[in-house]
Amino acid sequence: MSEGRAPHIGRSLLRREDRRLLTGRGQFIADLELPRMLHAAFVRSPVAHARIRAVDLSVAAAVPGVALALGGAHLVQELPPLPDTQLSLPSKWTSHVEHEFHNPQQPGLAHDKVRHVGEAIAVIVAESRYAAEDAAALVSLDLDALPAVVSAEAALAPNAPLIHDHLRTNMFGAFSITKGNVNSAMAGAPHRLQRRFYHHRYAAMPIECRGVAALYEPRTDAITIWSATQVVHWVRREVAAILGMPEARVRCVALDVGGGFGVKGHVYPEDLVIPFLARRLGRPVRWIEDRHEHLLSAAHSRDQLHEVEAGFDDDGRILALRDKFILDCGAWNPIGGGVPYNTAAHLAGPYKIENLAVSARTAATNKVPNTAYRGAGRPEAVFAMERIIDLVAGELGLEPAEVRRRNMIRPDAMPYRAGILYRDGEPIVYDSGNYPAGLQQALDAIGGVEAFRRRQREMRREGRYLGLGIGCYVEGTGVGPFEGATVRIDPSGRVYVSSGASSQGQGMETIFAQIVADAWRVAPDDVVITLADTAAIPAGSGTFASRSTVTLSAAIHHASERVREKAFAIAGNLLECAPDDLELRDGGVGVVGVPGATVSLAKVAQAARPGWDHGRPPGIDAGLEETRYWEPQTVTWSYAAHAAIVDVDPETGRVAIDKYVIAHDCGVVVNPLLVEGQIAGGTAQGIGGVLLEELPYDSEGQLLAGSLADYLVPTAGDVPDMTMVHQHTPSPLNPLGVKGVGEGGAVAPPAAIANAICDALSPFGVEFNQTPIKPEQIVKAVRPARPSPRPSPRARGEGGTRAAGG
Amino acid sequence: MKPAKFDYYRPGTIDEAVVILERYEGDARVLAGGQSLVPMMNFRLATPAAIVDLNHIPRLSDIAAADGVVRIGAMARQRQIEFAPLVAERLPLLHEALRWVGHLPTRTRGTIGGSIANADPAAEIPMVLQVLGGEVVVRDLQGGRRIGAPDLFLGPLTTSLEPSEIITEVRFPVMPPGTAFAIEEFARRKGDFAIAAIAAVLVPEGERCRVARLATAGVGPVPVRLREAEAILEERGLGEAAVGAAAEKAAELVEPMSDHNASADYRRHLTGVLTRRAVLKAIKDHQHAATG
Amino acid sequence: MPQPVDIRLTVNGQAREGRCEPRKLLVDFLREELGLTGTHIGCEHGICGACTIFYNGEAARSCLMFAVQAEGAELITVEGLAKGEELHPMQQAFHEHHALQCGFCTPGMLIAALDYLKINPDPSEDEIREGISAVLCRCTGYVNIVKAVKAGAAAMRREAGQPDP
Repeated sequence: MSEGRAPHIGRSLLRREDRRLLTGRGQFIADLELPRMLHAAFVRSPVAHARIRAVDLSVAAAVPGVALALGGAHLVQELPPLPDTQLSLPSKWTSHVEHEFHNPQQPGLAHDKVRHVGEAIAVIVAESRYAAEDAAALVSLDLDALPAVVSAEAALAPNAPLIHDHLRTNMFGAFSITKGNVNSAMAGAPHRLQRRFYHHRYAAMPIECRGVAALYEPRTDAITIWSATQVVHWVRREVAAILGMPEARVRCVALDVGGGFGVKGHVYPEDLVIPFLARRLGRPVRWIEDRHEHLLSAAHSRDQLHEVEAGFDDDGRILALRDKFILDCGAWNPIGGGVPYNTAAHLAGPYKIENLAVSARTAATNKVPNTAYRGAGRPEAVFAMERIIDLVAGELGLEPAEVRRRNMIRPDAMPYRAGILYRDGEPIVYDSGNYPAGLQQALDAIGGVEAFRRRQREMRREGRYLGLGIGCYVEGTGVGPFEGATVRIDPSGRVYVSSGASSQGQGMETIFAQIVADAWRVAPDDVVITLADTAAIPAGSGTFASRSTVTLSAAIHHASERVREKAFAIAGNLLECAPDDLELRDGGVGVVGVPGATVSLAKVAQAARPGWDHGRPPGIDAGLEETRYWEPQTVTWSYAAHAAIVDVDPETGRVAIDKYVIAHDCGVVVNPLLVEGQIAGGTAQGIGGVLLEELPYDSEGQLLAGSLADYLVPTAGDVPDMTMVHQHTPSPLNPLGVKGVGEGGAVAPPAAIANAICDALSPFGVEFNQTPIKPEQIVKAVRPARPSPRPSPRARGEGGTRAAGG
Repeated sequence: MKPAKFDYYRPGTIDEAVVILERYEGDARVLAGGQSLVPMMNFRLATPAAIVDLNHIPRLSDIAAADGVVRIGAMARQRQIEFAPLVAERLPLLHEALRWVGHLPTRTRGTIGGSIANADPAAEIPMVLQVLGGEVVVRDLQGGRRIGAPDLFLGPLTTSLEPSEIITEVRFPVMPPGTAFAIEEFARRKGDFAIAAIAAVLVPEGERCRVARLATAGVGPVPVRLREAEAILEERGLGEAAVGAAAEKAAELVEPMSDHNASADYRRHLTGVLTRRAVLKAIKDHQHAATG
Repeated sequence: MPQPVDIRLTVNGQAREGRCEPRKLLVDFLREELGLTGTHIGCEHGICGACTIFYNGEAARSCLMFAVQAEGAELITVEGLAKGEELHPMQQAFHEHHALQCGFCTPGMLIAALDYLKINPDPSEDEIREGISAVLCRCTGYVNIVKAVKAGAAAMRREAGQPDP
């Protein structure tokens, strides 16, 4: 066994996951082969809204190789639906925040109505996916078309067709929060502006689609489910409940998962249907989603319309902020109020805003359901807030960076009570950080504002339009309710850690090995990490919301403390000294100050075993293992400032990103290489979201992006090089001082890029307050206006130029 | 998405292939590069009863030049053409255009005949065929014929080919040495189909322009020559005003379609912008080549 | 009738054979009949590039080919890049530069990068970006892939005995 050489935390260790992934020896759900496995294909609705009169499966069922053809009408008799929400808000929240929720329960297959194009109506199980699709093409649907509701505003209008008749409303939910007195502060503000901001519908679009396989074991009346999911314990919980089996008989495992980003972060109907089919047929069943299905049935995201009013003073300080927004939730609402409440909680960002009122409504429409995607409500909030900052700056003739500085919470005001609750029901307290310094770092990295303004003026003389845009945000990370770790010392001396967290590429096998190696003074190679398996730990939350590093490191820390106590008691017995005289070192336990007096962890673990002639002192029971669930009091706050320089071609509307910098703080960094990878990946997704990616619907509820030819995922040619600079203000809220970083990169780019484009085109006096910002829109916006040689003072109203600053 | 079943044929000659096509009376499709056909089949938007695989017919991918004509076998891969010295030398516009066609791995399989037969309105190769005045050689049971670019493209994804006709060769007049040329394309991402593209081929004579050819992609149901815009350059030369006027005329001439990718208005606008840029680039590159 | 067809081909230097319907996609044949699951399916419409393999020495999207078309062909998949336990220099470069996260696009990305280097062995960063734009990655933002390809290209040139500039 090799020596430990702490500290490993803070080092850019290369990943242990890489070898198998680089050599094609990863195991993704589509790679899983089970004996006598059957393959499923779903029949999905071609229309957005209809009553299901009949589903004729007879021809399909007769196709050679088909084992079963099943429709919603039959399934509903055997299986209850999914619960009305999978991500509940705690009573601390529900008792303090004004809200109402009306959430439907989604069945495994639609039976009464279809409510979006792509909703599953029937399933075919056959000897091959090819045969299953042949049969699926022979299913005939008798559907009575109903009018499609394709906008959130239309959904909430009186007399709108109801998506879920029994709810008697298309409003899945609503809530409102207030701080201070917005009405009087707004009325008394020297200046006010009002805008609508629309953050459009786009999605996570991982390169691996979804997939579920299930195996029923008659001998033990147990089911194993393999799912490309971020939340194995949720899947286990829901499947057990719906199939009427004890959780102990249901195991859910996630293998290698090819990207999640939130879209694989809840339980889908397919997660229920496939295990049901496996039990019913007595043969393993596997379903691999294809890309077309993915676009039509894997959750979409964003899609929020905000009406914002800001009151501010002559110095650009924001005195009051009111935001009323609607979220277009699509036909179902699996995770309830989580995403829109994130929007509300993150709206004020790093700014001191004493008077705030946010109200939100979530609307049902005939579209794919809307859940969390990297950022999960924060990009929408940041887009609105950061555009407001730039608009305030424009009204007053100030540099947007300066308006940010004037509004930012100063480091000496930390920890800062924001005056509203987080979705965990706790008052928001920005625990640590230096927001103005982060902004300054970003501006320095971009070369400084003044230098940019000089360059901008020069380029304009040559007919080129460069712009600078900033996006700042704060992010609550490491949310509860809990995460667990089991820490065990094996008789070989290795440290085994298991948890309900799961990886979709974040490198968890590596970073947790680093953390455990430091905690136990062993080499990372002597740490074995087991994730994403409900058999490895009884309870788990899963990976989403930038939480795993924070919550799992704390759980590991606390579990390790208990195990260490026991290990020292046993080692003390073996070394005949007091436990207080011991320390962990070099893969063992040794007497402080006496280099030779060590006993290896292997020996300690062997001595811990039950049986005759064990090595434990009296009063110490057998085993060297502990499971601890860490329940964080509340979240810890990361933050960043993004700055972008764009080059806009007003003739074609093309936006080129000339420079992109990220100044980021996620506290103590376990592995800098991996942290930068997360930031880069998130940023690329944010850039794709604002410039390229779109999920548009037509008036009949047909999704106009049916393939990756339409849904434009950025290629390497579309993403710029990125400069990253870091601050490290450790979190005071967990033992390692870490903060989450998984989502952050995707939060700021839409704001930064939109601000940059508006800055570039300020001579034309145009505003872009919605996404995506496409070349055609830019051309349309600039064509009627001729660029003025000198920008004129701004008139009140929708459009208008920005006075040049600095 | 998996394709529906089909009968598979691997003929060793064009004659065999044509016989099979005839037999299936329009319900058989020819498989060349597969880069357009197979995605359609995977979506089950195309469900031919039979596939006639041309990939094993010898001598269908030769590239040769004689008598002022470059002859490229229909099954020549785009990648092969991209790196053929003969093409770089005699048809530099085609060489240039191929950089815009998809990505290197799609050019590994995609063929010149396949791209032309597919007749996507936003594809670059049909635009090049149009601007250079090329033609295709086509075979069927009765024998064969030649179809020039203007008579070949009828509408989006529609050519004048009969269901049992197969393109065997694509022919282009050699571009005379000293020809100026350029392609300007606007697509959302490099490698995507063009929202608008212009190919410009000019024979400058000092400030004058002896010959001007302009063709489009993406801004109409088929690639078209912009003859009235060409005439402006041929009459008025290559100065700033003339180029501007030709660009404005080009924008008037096209009949673009609106779809969820781009509106007709925007495509029309891009036509003007890209025409001006293509002509200016052609002139500039030509001057560099002349002095360099 | 679409009877199953026998296919004989060479994959990663080994003679292999299988039998399948004409409509079976090459990527499915590799994964299922030949058990080579390293090549992944991301879209089946020829856009994402995860399925990219070497077909007779040139990168091609295996979701856009039928297995029958590979009769007599020489294929290289990601499983054929390493020499036993020794990683290919490009694989090693991806590892050292953290050019993969979930790993799903990685097999296709490696092959597409290696193919691009065949036509441009010493590319600039911009050229690398253009070359790898054939494959979509959703995790890395491409920043580290570009670094890895540059380093891998240099390592390959050194191995081939070419002096560094």
